[in-house]
Amino acid sequence: MLPDSQDWSAVWLTLKLAATVTILLLCIGTPVAWWLARTRSRLRPVFSALVAMPLVLPPTVLGFYLLLLMGPHGPVGYLTQHLGLGLLPFSFTGLVVGSTLYSMPFVVQPVQNAIEAIGNRSLEVAATLRASPWDTFWSVIVPLARPGMLTGAILGFSHTVGEFGVVLMIGGNIPNKTQLVSVQIFNHVEAMEYAQAHWLAGGMVVFAFLVLVILYTLNPQALRK
Amino acid sequence: MKTLFSLLLAVGLVAPVFADEVKVAVAANFSEPMKKIAADFEKDTGNKVAISSGATGAFYAQIRNGAPFEVFLAADDETPAKIEAEGLGVKGSRFTYAIGKLVLWSAKPGYVDAKGEILKKGGFEHLSLANPKTAPYGAAGVEVLKKLGLYDSLLPKIVQGENITQAQQFIASGNAELGFVALSQVWKDGVLTSGSAWIVPGSEYSPIRQDAILLTTAASKPAAEALLKYLKGDKARAVIKSYGYEF
Repeated sequence: MLPDSQDWSAVWLTLKLAATVTILLLCIGTPVAWWLARTRSRLRPVFSALVAMPLVLPPTVLGFYLLLLMGPHGPVGYLTQHLGLGLLPFSFTGLVVGSTLYSMPFVVQPVQNAIEAIGNRSLEVAATLRASPWDTFWSVIVPLARPGMLTGAILGFSHTVGEFGVVLMIGGNIPNKTQLVSVQIFNHVEAMEYAQAHWLAGGMVVFAFLVLVILYTLNPQALRK
Repeated sequence: MKTLFSLLLAVGLVAPVFADEVKVAVAANFSEPMKKIAADFEKDTGNKVAISSGATGAFYAQIRNGAPFEVFLAADDETPAKIEAEGLGVKGSRFTYAIGKLVLWSAKPGYVDAKGEILKKGGFEHLSLANPKTAPYGAAGVEVLKKLGLYDSLLPKIVQGENITQAQQFIASGNAELGFVALSQVWKDGVLTSGSAWIVPGSEYSPIRQDAILLTTAASKPAAEALLKYLKGDKARAVIKSYGYEF
């Protein structure tokens, strides 16, 4: 049996989520990585740990707390209701919030490594040429950190595509809204629709392989990290 | 020597010859009563019971692929029949251990009226269900909505739990105002444990017959057979009944 319209909408929704999250993460993650790479604050280990938490926590833990925090009795839920945004669980926005937190280390860490590798010298040179910090950021840091940002973007995107636990906990499996490919595969397996499960699961295998080939072709250093 | 043996026995290193461990896969809606029954069974027979609870469809896929369960308590009667037909279950061991009841439940007291009129009145954002493709109680919920002619209008509000316990958890956490769950999840000794509910009349959906089957992995295991027999006994039935099931 070929994939049906619900499968295709899950594919489209997954790509939309991954693209949204990747763009958001590049906007939020780059300043965070910059701060973590340059700061001498004693709080640095604390913030590094916070960013890296999703790497070691089961996604279900994150999903569970997000469900409680964003629900009608949670502080985030109170806030979003007061702002007239409604509640975030079971919505696309909720998935974006969850995935952004969950994929954060996959973007921040490569970017941070790249910024750390730039070292002080280029920045000192920029300073002697009277570049403002803003100018330095755009004309020195961003071009030099580009390989790291590319790695981060690709990893963040593919990691969001492959997300399951958080989505299962806060998504509610709604077609066209929160039903992603990973959840849809799970549904097909449970419903014993193995042919459709194969289409999607096989597609994911090919996708993951292609993404990694592209990553290592564009950015051979990633291999050595 | 004797003291050493009893010491080892005490710490569980040596199992007494007569005792055995039975691995049971239980439909999520029946996990609470099963824990009680298993505790009684362990006390009465000295055998141990290891319970895994989850969605019936997921268990079917796992059993077909060699999961080491020995007894399967499904949430429907079709899956055990299929398992028997495929040679994964012991012929003639199948029986209905409980007939489930569907309930429209809210965690908020006074929210759901005794006749379920709230479904027509609306005013809620989310209605929670177990995935109707894989969970019989989810399918029964859809059947009720269709019979009331409300399915199409309520469809955008439906959120699905992976199984019936997740459907309940969406409601319990307040993320969905109400939803269809198994009566056994919110019922104890003839009263609702919390919130408000409409116990859906049996005429509104096809009966949810929950069948048990002995899997071929346990064909020569007396403890597994004993557990199935125990399920039919008065003591187990009293527990099953206290959770709102029928026979």
